Amino acid sequence: MYDNPDGVMIGLEVHVQLNKLKTKVFCGCVTDYHNDPPNSHVCPVCLGLPGSMPVINKKAVEAAIKIGLALNCKVEEHTQFYRKNYYYPDLPKGFQITQYDFPISSGGYVMIEGEDGELRVGITRAHMEEDPGRLVHEGTIDKSKYTLIDYNRSGMALIEIVSDPDMRSPKEARRYLDKLRNIVGYLDVFDGNLEGAMRVDANISIMGGQRAEIKNISSFKGAERALLFEIVRQKNVLRRGGVVVQETRHFDEAREITLSMRTKEEAHDYRYFPEPDLVPLKISGWAPAIKETLPELPDARRMRFVEQYGIKDDHAKALTSELKLAIFYEDVAKKADPKTAAVWVCDVLKGELNYRDLTVEAFKKEHMLSVLELLAGRKITEDGAVDIIRTLLDKGGSPEEIIKEKGLVIVAGDIVETAALEAIVENPQAAADYQAGKVKALNSLVGVVMKKTKGGADARKVREVLIAILSDGFYPPIEREKIEKTIIKIGDVMVEVSKPIANLLKKMGYV
Amino acid sequence: MWASINELKEKIHAGSSEEVVAEYLERIGRSKLNAFISTSGESAISRAKEIDANDIEGPLAGIPVAIKDNISTRCIQTTCASNILKGYVPPYDAHVIERLKKAGAVIIGKTNMDEFAMGTSTETSFYGATKNPWDMERVPGGSSGGSAAAVAGGEAPIALGSDTGGSVRCPASFCGVVGLKPTYGVISRYGLIAYANSLEQIGPFATSVRDVTTLFDVVAGYDPRDSTSVDKEVNYSSSLENNVKGLRIGVPEEYFGEGTDEKVEKAVRDSINTLEELGAKTTTVKMPHTKYALAAYYIIAMSEASSNLARFDGMRYGLRTEDSDWHTTFSQVRASGFGDEVKRRILLGTYALSAGYHDKYYLKALKVRTLIKQDFERAFKDVDVLITPTMPYPAFKLGEKIDDPISLYLADVDTVPINLAGVPSISVPCGFSGGLPIGLQIIGKHFDEATILRAAYTFEENTDFHTKRPEGM
Amino acid sequence: MITRKDLTHIGWLSRLELSEKDIEKYTPKLNSVLDYFTELDDVDTEGVPPTYHVLPLSNVFREDEVSAQGGSLTQEEALSNAPKTQDGFFKAPRMM
Ligand SMILES: [Zn+2]
Repeated sequence: MYDNPDGVMIGLEVHVQLNKLKTKVFCGCVTDYHNDPPNSHVCPVCLGLPGSMPVINKKAVEAAIKIGLALNCKVEEHTQFYRKNYYYPDLPKGFQITQYDFPISSGGYVMIEGEDGELRVGITRAHMEEDPGRLVHEGTIDKSKYTLIDYNRSGMALIEIVSDPDMRSPKEARRYLDKLRNIVGYLDVFDGNLEGAMRVDANISIMGGQRAEIKNISSFKGAERALLFEIVRQKNVLRRGGVVVQETRHFDEAREITLSMRTKEEAHDYRYFPEPDLVPLKISGWAPAIKETLPELPDARRMRFVEQYGIKDDHAKALTSELKLAIFYEDVAKKADPKTAAVWVCDVLKGELNYRDLTVEAFKKEHMLSVLELLAGRKITEDGAVDIIRTLLDKGGSPEEIIKEKGLVIVAGDIVETAALEAIVENPQAAADYQAGKVKALNSLVGVVMKKTKGGADARKVREVLIAILSDGFYPPIEREKIEKTIIKIGDVMVEVSKPIANLLKKMGYV
Repeated sequence: MWASINELKEKIHAGSSEEVVAEYLERIGRSKLNAFISTSGESAISRAKEIDANDIEGPLAGIPVAIKDNISTRCIQTTCASNILKGYVPPYDAHVIERLKKAGAVIIGKTNMDEFAMGTSTETSFYGATKNPWDMERVPGGSSGGSAAAVAGGEAPIALGSDTGGSVRCPASFCGVVGLKPTYGVISRYGLIAYANSLEQIGPFATSVRDVTTLFDVVAGYDPRDSTSVDKEVNYSSSLENNVKGLRIGVPEEYFGEGTDEKVEKAVRDSINTLEELGAKTTTVKMPHTKYALAAYYIIAMSEASSNLARFDGMRYGLRTEDSDWHTTFSQVRASGFGDEVKRRILLGTYALSAGYHDKYYLKALKVRTLIKQDFERAFKDVDVLITPTMPYPAFKLGEKIDDPISLYLADVDTVPINLAGVPSISVPCGFSGGLPIGLQIIGKHFDEATILRAAYTFEENTDFHTKRPEGM
Repeated sequence: MITRKDLTHIGWLSRLELSEKDIEKYTPKLNSVLDYFTELDDVDTEGVPPTYHVLPLSNVFREDEVSAQGGSLTQEEALSNAPKTQDGFFKAPRMM
């Protein structure tokens, strides 16, 4: 049982940008603006020009319902848009079109791994709204001499997911965020890799104080940092006998601190009223049909993977963390050994992708299957397989080409054996040292064998063969008792080996 | 120069659109009415030439039209008669402007109005008051006073205005011309700079019902960019028939109450008699919530306005004062950009929506709106049209009411219920009081413009009030 | 009744800088209008729903298609009315 000593209560407001829609929520401007000049994807509507009027993007409503359903929310039959009246230079109309009474969905939950086991985080509501523009400050917001505004982002469809204050630590907040991204990522409504795709405002209080709202958090790591900072700050205020007041604070990502935004604008009175230019939505029939189209969600899929493929829960969790990865794995697992596939997709491929900031789309399923097949047929070593995966990601090509080019074909057992014998014969002192108990002496022998096989041998296997020859006098190490041993003289060093090995060496003319 | 669309078409046919447009521009240039904020001289002439040269056809080919300065016109300054929008040139056309251009009309200028359409007299304009062509010392009504005065003064044959609480009908009445406020949703508001979105409609002015209808036919119609636009394509001109036999007229006595000028009442009752003589039947109807319409209207309009006008911050367009911090600059831009009446309405609207007062004012007003709407629904069960005075009195003197908001608001008593209910209404000239025109208001059911246009047309065909012109113009 | 203090607050909420003189001038006029609005207190609206939209319209949508008509403005058009710009951005004063 986690006792939450500081009485931390965290609630998060997460803004999910529906960046997979073709157009913005109330106008026909394209959503694909990320690499374009400022104010080049705007129209009278999203620029808030006088006389312009919003019209609702139907797909955005469908996406909102999808998200509501995936978060176990009740989708309302009647919903409508309101104006939230406040002023900020990123808000071109002096109000934001959002939802207030009658949000499209509410009353859901998400399960996360809490400090002490499963934690149910309540979803107060998930509603639709429009994104404001983007502000650029010269330096930091409190020092900048002016503010630059780009309205390309203005009017992007957002879903604001408001949680109950159920999280008790920054770690839980982070896990909630990961889970949310995981779930929403399954719905094909948003690309989490695009800048600003998911933005967080955090409400946090500790026992004995009021809550602070932290804005301008641009990453999940940032959320965790901001919350950690805020707990320390609030504790310090209370320790010094001060009062933690309710306020909005701005997270300074570079300095990892939160700054008070206490200005006159604090006196918020949003004066909500229904947007007169948008008529109500009656969507009673929509939810059941949309529910049909929902994919199997992460938790369900994770349980099924464990059950169906017999893989470890850790693997199942990692594999279902993204829909595409889960599909990739499942396609591979159907044609290869599911457990080995889980290891290679999860432990190797995912790491290599993360390292390169790539998604699983950068790797072909067929390539994963051939790598697994080559491994199963002992045609390549594990190191070779890793090399192939890395080369495919970095340079492309096909596994076969890479094997040829790099000479990665596994060196057959008898060649390793021969090379091992050669190594022993050429370095009898190292062999004798090992047998005399200097374990490190083996390394130089391994090095020699690797050189002889041009790196084609599996280093682990080479060790195994050398140890077998030197300890048991024979490889493979079978029926150890039955093997008659003999001492042979190589140069002027005496080495104990099995009779077959001794014969072999004689035949090779070494002894 | 007063001419009907048909007369102008003949003139264009015999001569050219260029000549017609030039004649109007010349007349505007000499005018003392101050009906226009800006004229589009060169572009109008070149458009007229283009129409002449290419024989461009269309219901308004080559016909000059004046546009209220709160309707967005691409490449033509659109100010809402406010200092805050001085120099603002919209990069897009309102839906009605697109339709006018397609119909071959030539925009000759942008007309004066009360600042942001907030007024009943066209005196709150940053560009000075417009004068009434019938008496230069009197107001033309408002807020579309410039459009009405331009038509009455022969400076434009037809014009567009907007009507949030009577802003087309009031100046039509004061200036002795015809003005129509259509059913909410019939004309797209896309490009109309909003004062109170849930109440307003763009509406046509002309010297006759026929020309109003021709202009209405051009600008009405579905627009997917206005979510409240209704998908009904009707040819209203075909409904103009000199016949009111069997027409059931309702007369709500509440509209003839205290404050109604005797001569206005007499002119309206005489007009009802005229229609009865032509075969209509009259009954008295009760509309018990009428007296509450004014307060409900102003609360709703001001509330919406306080939000609509929040975008004027001097960042993307319009006036910018010297920079300090953003919030302060914002407040200063607005302090210098808006006039007193606009500020008052923003302040009251903000108050009516603010925490603690939202239910008392805003929500209450919307509930009263429901009752007023129900009054109309009940009345229209038994009658086809309602007839009332448009304004309780003829045009008042410039400066007479401007310092007393309540007395100015009270002038809208007969027009605002119509906007609250969203029904169509037309004002036609029906008499004179001391040489000043009186307007007859004919109100119809939702989407039943055809009936009020027919009634108005019949009245016009059988009277000659609409043929009278102000002297000395 | 709006007090001078209320008016200062409402002025800030409306982002209208009001001078002492303005407050002096506006307070009585606004109060006379608010006083007029109290007429509505006489109306029994128990159980009456508010009319936000006068027509019974619902479910008006656009398809998720890039608009051809009235589509995006060029950057130049977007900035054409801006009092101050810099590098394609609108330029606003400092925030704090
Ligand atoms: Zn847009």
